[in-house]
Amino acid sequence: MNYVLLAEQLFNGFQLGIILFLMAAGLTLIFGIMDLVNLAHGTLYMFGAFFAATVAAWTGSFTWAILLAIPLALIAGIILEVVVLRTLYVRNHLDQVLATFGLIIFFNELFLVVFGAGGVALRLPPELEGITALGGGVTVPTYRLFIIVMGLIVAIGLYFLVVKTRIGMLIRAGASNREMVGALGIDIKLLYTAVFGLGAALAGFAGMIVAPITQAQSGMGEDVLILAFVVIVIGGIGSIRGAFVASIVVGVIDTMGRSFIDVALLAVMPVNAADTAGPAISSMLIYLIMAGILAFKPQGLFPPRGA
Amino acid sequence: MKKKLALIDALKSGKRIYNTILILVCLLMPLIAPAIGQEFYTDVFARIMIWAIAAISLNLIMGYGGMISFGHAVFLGIGGYTVGILAFHGIESAYIQWPLALLISGLFALLIGTICLRTKGVYFIMITLAFAQMVYFLSLSLEIYGSDDGLNIDSRSDFGLSFFDLSEPMTMYYLIFAVMIGCLYLTHRLVNSRFGMVIRGSMSNDDRMHSIGYSTYSYKLAAFVIAGVMCGLAGVLSANFEDFISPDTMFWPRSGELIFMVVLGGMGTIFGPLGGAIIFWMLAEILSNITAQWHLIFGPFLILVVLFARGGVEGLIGKWGLGRDRTDP
Repeated sequence: MNYVLLAEQLFNGFQLGIILFLMAAGLTLIFGIMDLVNLAHGTLYMFGAFFAATVAAWTGSFTWAILLAIPLALIAGIILEVVVLRTLYVRNHLDQVLATFGLIIFFNELFLVVFGAGGVALRLPPELEGITALGGGVTVPTYRLFIIVMGLIVAIGLYFLVVKTRIGMLIRAGASNREMVGALGIDIKLLYTAVFGLGAALAGFAGMIVAPITQAQSGMGEDVLILAFVVIVIGGIGSIRGAFVASIVVGVIDTMGRSFIDVALLAVMPVNAADTAGPAISSMLIYLIMAGILAFKPQGLFPPRGA
Repeated sequence: MKKKLALIDALKSGKRIYNTILILVCLLMPLIAPAIGQEFYTDVFARIMIWAIAAISLNLIMGYGGMISFGHAVFLGIGGYTVGILAFHGIESAYIQWPLALLISGLFALLIGTICLRTKGVYFIMITLAFAQMVYFLSLSLEIYGSDDGLNIDSRSDFGLSFFDLSEPMTMYYLIFAVMIGCLYLTHRLVNSRFGMVIRGSMSNDDRMHSIGYSTYSYKLAAFVIAGVMCGLAGVLSANFEDFISPDTMFWPRSGELIFMVVLGGMGTIFGPLGGAIIFWMLAEILSNITAQWHLIFGPFLILVVLFARGGVEGLIGKWGLGRDRTDP
């Protein structure tokens, strides 16, 4: 194990963390403000990927794909909110879980029928395809660096939106006391739609930006969704700060676990046993960490204030 | 007095008839299926009853205890893999396979229940889902046991009795039937016992149960373990019936489908999960005959059921009123 490999894996883990954050931030906002458990958040992620891939296929331009995918995901999210999800806000969590599960089933099948099992590939422009040297002999794929930079820009933008703007103030107010915001004469319905749209745009952005790596595929959203759940459970539901810290922690630990646990196990057990135990342990690692954190802090690392 | 009135209500409603029909259909399917020239329906119903057992166990915690587990199918996998892995290593005795499968299911339920039940509501949903995914990924990572191809089980559990051979289709069918009836009876006894009252009380108002002196945590944990063991048993039956177990058995959509079966049939009713399982699988059977893309119809159907038919079939048939609360979790 040398430090170059370590640095590269750390970098990859950070990149996964950024994607997780984009998903978890929307999920945690939507839950914190509308009290909605949205399993279909992964569907919005899939929307982003397919919109980008389709636009790129039509126009042949990666830039257009990036520019159009986010507004399209935003619009799709708002339509979804107005047609189905809005009626679920007053329902209990079970109804929300089941109805959004129904949405997942429908859209996964729809995208499978329309685009086929292979999905759609999104080609990178040549300037993003190579590798970049970070110094010290560490080289990383340029596109992953691009993801991290873009993700951080969005994260900082989100921070400013939530902390410094009027709509952010409403969002924070909504998260701590919904009824009060409504009583003060704020159009709560519009606020809900805006927050859902914001979450949809973040998820769509995440899906779009990973599409060149993973392809746009039916069902791609659910793996990320479940990891994002782990993230917000660890971070504390409703807390964006918690979501950010937990995303990076989960992304890095998961990636490092997959790369180094086999090696570490070889030091203490024979090759055969390590070959079996390595993948087994690394696939369970983040869940075990989640269990450990919950055993001591059932509310997560950053429980929302006043909740 | 109140109970008597409720009983009369129950008799009045079509409920009794409906429940009797459900049981009779399951009991007589091996005769009905050949008579209508659809022999494969015997297999379909064996599978339905296995899923019904899993749904009954989920209903115990979700319908009566308000614990919405989105990872309940994991116990199907645990039960099934215990049988499969033991058979893979040549241990075919039912007297080892079955108790061990139930023990592991119970221990796993105890382990995750201890953590999950410290949390509430949406945390519980997400954490149960996460733990189920953990075991799912574990099964995917085990290459010697077939990874995502699954594990073929060469011979069914051996009870060492010449008249009780699970490779005999009718023996297998009626074993499943008997286990299902047992689970229905157990649920009936449990939810009407003092234990069941505490669980149901904690579902409608946990704080109040606390203030009258019940530590609901341990009651809920006990219910969670019982449900885990019961679902593990369904997994044992499934592995035996299918001669196969794969990670897909505990993939998260299976847990969602289990929840749907319970809701479809009627949450918090004894026979609801059985009715739900039958309707779910018949619907899947019929829709998949119409089109290969049946999920396009099924997804919206599920949403419509949630939005417009909240009490499930039991709710549609009539009000039961046997002290059953309809409080939302």
